[in-house]
This record gives sequence, C-alpha cells and structure tokens, in this order.
Amino acid sequence: MPNLFMFEKPIGMRDTLPDLFRLKESVRSRMAKETKLYGYRFLDTPSLEFYETVGQVSAIKDQQLFKLLDKEGHSLVLRPDMTAPIARVASSHLLKEGNPLRMAYSANVFRAQEKEGGRLAEFEQFGVEMIGDKTLSADAEVVTLLTSVLQAAGLSHYHITIGHIAFVHEVLRHYGGTEERAGVMRRYLFEKNYVGYREYVVELNLPESSQQILNKLPELKGNEEVLDLALELTEQNVGSTALRELKELAHMLKKAGNNSHLSFDLTLVSHMDYYTGILFEVLGDHVGFPLGNGGRYNELYRNFGQDAPATGFGLRLDRIIEAIGAVDAEEPPLCVIYNEAGQFAAMEKAAALRAEGKAVVTQNIDGIAEPDTFTKNFTNILYMLGANGLGEES
Amino acid sequence: MNDRLTVAMPKGRIFDEAVELLRKADYQLPPEFEDTRKLIIELEHEPLRFILSKPMDVPTYVEYGVADIGIAGKDVMMEEERDVYELLDLQISACHLAVAGLPNTEMSKVAPKIASKYPNIASQYFREQGEQVEIIKLNGSIELAPMIGLADRIVDIVSTGQTLRENGLVEYATIKKVTSRLIANPVSYRLHEREITDMVARLRNVLNVHA
Repeated sequence: MPNLFMFEKPIGMRDTLPDLFRLKESVRSRMAKETKLYGYRFLDTPSLEFYETVGQVSAIKDQQLFKLLDKEGHSLVLRPDMTAPIARVASSHLLKEGNPLRMAYSANVFRAQEKEGGRLAEFEQFGVEMIGDKTLSADAEVVTLLTSVLQAAGLSHYHITIGHIAFVHEVLRHYGGTEERAGVMRRYLFEKNYVGYREYVVELNLPESSQQILNKLPELKGNEEVLDLALELTEQNVGSTALRELKELAHMLKKAGNNSHLSFDLTLVSHMDYYTGILFEVLGDHVGFPLGNGGRYNELYRNFGQDAPATGFGLRLDRIIEAIGAVDAEEPPLCVIYNEAGQFAAMEKAAALRAEGKAVVTQNIDGIAEPDTFTKNFTNILYMLGANGLGEES
Repeated sequence: MNDRLTVAMPKGRIFDEAVELLRKADYQLPPEFEDTRKLIIELEHEPLRFILSKPMDVPTYVEYGVADIGIAGKDVMMEEERDVYELLDLQISACHLAVAGLPNTEMSKVAPKIASKYPNIASQYFREQGEQVEIIKLNGSIELAPMIGLADRIVDIVSTGQTLRENGLVEYATIKKVTSRLIANPVSYRLHEREITDMVARLRNVLNVHA
C-alpha cells in the first residue's frame, strides 16, 4: 500500500470517532424514542439496490449516485435516500391491504460529490414515511412528529418552512400561459434565481396584471397571513385548493399547539417533479444548510405498481448535531489497574461493578506503555497491586 | 447567534461601486471603509458586519452560511454554481463574458484549446455550441494565451474592450451580459428574512426598479 493513502479516505467520507459516536447515538436514540411514541416502526434495507428500480425513482440526481456492477452485469447503486427503498419494500411486502403504514428509519445514505470539504458523501438520515393516507391529517401528523423529534433531539432553535407545489404549478401555468413557460419559471425558482425569474417574466410580454402577479410570487413568504394575501392576489380557482389545504394544515398545527416555529413560503420548490403537494424544509441556527426536508409524494409508489399516496420527512443527523453544538462531557469509566498478583481480585471486583451497571476498564499494569499519560484518561483509578489483592483508590 | 448580518463583499473592481450603492441606500458606512486593510469590518451604527474576500470566493462564503448575504458578479455565479438565492440585480460593474482570439483565425480542427479563468462557463458554452474543446485554466492575464500560442481562444470578461484591442485580439462571440447580484444563503434568507427583505427593498429603491 503506498504511504500516501494509508490514512486517507475517499472524498466526502468521514470517520466517526468515539466522542461524536456517543453524541450521535444519544441524539438518535432520543429521536427514535419520540418517533416510536407515535407508533412508527423502524426498519432497515440493503445499502445496495438496483439502479433500474430504486436508483431511477429516487429524487437524487443521476450524477450523484454511486454506481457499480454486480457479477451478472446489473447496475447497482448505493442507496442515495431511504424513501425509494422503503417504497420498494412496502410495495412488495407491507402494503397488501392498502391501509396506512407508519415507517421510520435511521440509516446511512450515499451521494457522490467531488466538490470540496464539508459535504459528506455518506451520512446518516433519520426519517419517517407515512404511506397510504391521502388526508391532510397525515401531513399534519408528519409535521407534528417532525417538531417533536427536533425538540427531542435537543434543538431549541429550528424553523420549518411550508409550501405547496400545486400552488406554484397552477399560478405559473395560469399566468404564464403555457406549460413550457411554467417549467422555465419553476426551474428559476428551484435554482433560487429571482433575478433570472423576473427577467424571464418581463421577456414574456404578458398582460400587465399577469406580470404583476408573477412578480409578486417570490414575496409570498412569511407567517400565515401570506396565505390570505395569496388568496386575494390570485383569481378564483388558481391554486385555491392548495391554499385551502395550507390554511387547514396551519389550523390543525395550531390546534396541536406547535406553530411557533412555522412559516410559509409559496415559492418553495424542492426536488423537481418529486413532491406532489405540501412540502417543507427544516432549518436551524448556526448551520448554513437545511437540516432536512419532506413533503407529500403521491406518485412515487406507481413505480412499484401501487397507488399509495405518501408523505414523510428526512433529517440529516450530522447537521442536527452541528446545530445542537455543544458536546456534553462523558464521565470516564473507572479504571482498575492490576498486576499479576492482583489480577483475579481485580476481575472479580470489575464483574461486580459491571453487574451494577457501572463501566469499568481493567488494565494490566505491564501493558501500559506510559503510565503518566494513560492515567490522565481517567478520573477514578483503582490500583489492585500485590499478593493480598487489596486495592487503593486514587 | 450573532444578530448582525454578515455581508461578503468582493475586493477590487466591484467594491467601490457596491459601497457607493449601499451608501445611497442609506447604510451608514464609515468614511475609511474603502481604505482599510482589515478583512472584517463591524459597523457601529448598523447591525451589519462586512467581510472582504476575493470576488470568486463570495458565493462560497455565502453558500456555507458564514456570510448571510454577499455581492457577486453573475460571471462568478455561473462559474461556481453555488446553492444561494440570487435576489437582486444591482446593475453595477456591467461587462460581458466573451470569446476572443487573434483576428482572422480558425480554431484548430484537432483539439481546439480554450484558456480561461472560467473553466466551467467555457466548457459549458462550447458544449452548447456542439464543439469539443480542451480547457486550460489560467488565473489572470488571459489575453496572453492566444498571443503566445497556448490557446486558440479565450473566454473572459470584457468591459470596455481596451485590453483586447491593445493586445491585438478581437471578440468572436458574446456569451452573456454580466452585472453584480445580491445573493443570500438559503437558511439566512429565511431566518433573517425581515432584515434581508429590507435591504433588498432599500437597494431596489435606489436602483429604481419595482417589484
């Protein structure tokens, strides 16, 4: 092995060292506990899937997929998200009666990137899927669960922005005039390029009133009042079903008592052509990238021969941990240092303590290279040296 | 969290015009603002903090969220393709991206070479033209490349065209008009929506464009 590569990892790959591992574990278990309280059941799927099925229906761009070939020459992908694999499993095993299913996962997903540091190619995603329920109550449940999970994770400052893809579609199509123009405008909004969007609207030479409404669209964000503003702005039947859904969702969330972290953005266009209704983004302080996102995707299951409306969210554990910030210090285990004569007594002592649930390190003194530095790792050390096995604690 | 908005400013060509624009929008910038060598400037009377960076790096600071907003040329935005909001055309530092080369020359039929500070823009442009080219990345004085035979063409920004003329080069095609843009980090844009919307409105007022 050439020396150059001895300690290196492929781009975007990271080690999880003990301190981070512990933090991740505790955050994950708190989030999972909350999720289970809502009756969601955890599952896992293989890391590798077929490119033709899961790879192609996933919302992740083709060039971001890690692809490889199996012995028969089938193209495989490292799963880029969990939504598509769960759709595959649910369609083949779980959805027989077509009743609502509540699924949850916490799993590593893979997305190739070649750009630069700070962008992981493998990261843990925590999420839920609520499958087979088309009602708005399902959307409300997912958002409610999302806020509970974020709070359980220990985040005090977070923010959920909600939009509705059907509203964007209908407004762009109606006032832009054609499907093609709506597509161009949607792409500008997706790229967050308001300058390009406005230039294009001017270029179209639309009637004054249409132009005004299209220009106002990027400003339709903020608290619940924007929904009324949007209703006033647009004509009847243009996006009004979507707005009514959003209003009702807002109402349900208010009743559930968690609307303080919510806002609305009627231009929210996440993954193109993936979400079909209400969608949302999760943001946190201190982190320049979204913590996660989610929404309704009623078409995905058709790829697996099922007609199952679904909604869900996915959160990035690495970014949630970044948003939480501080790492609480862990109490180091008790260290029992023994010599040959004290070995059996030390083992007995350790076994008794472990039975009480206490963490104990047992270390033969002959195995220690540098006693001064070794003992610095512990606050409590018990020496069990000598024939009588009597210990002294320091 | 620091409640100040952090603004990434490009050093050099765009800087003075951007400062002038901010002053017109009634932002109280200190008089020595232009002359300082500091890289981070905190304002006393405004909840603003400025960081001064290379123009090409502004979208990077903004995308990672260490700067909430920034001022960047469209050329840099096209080259870097960062995930940031492009909120407003500031209409300053107007120039255009162009293809230039020695007059009356054809591109090599075998492996045409293009030198540029903008390898992504150059390769995308020629791909759209259906031409297969090889890109050579340079960091400045791009005009040299065709003059001494490193490349058949260059892709660079042109404002008055004087540098091209003085070096005996001519423009073959315009790729895109370029002006500076106000950009914002997607998360900051939501969490500091009020402040950022206010800035957009004040700048828009100065620019005399209407929503």
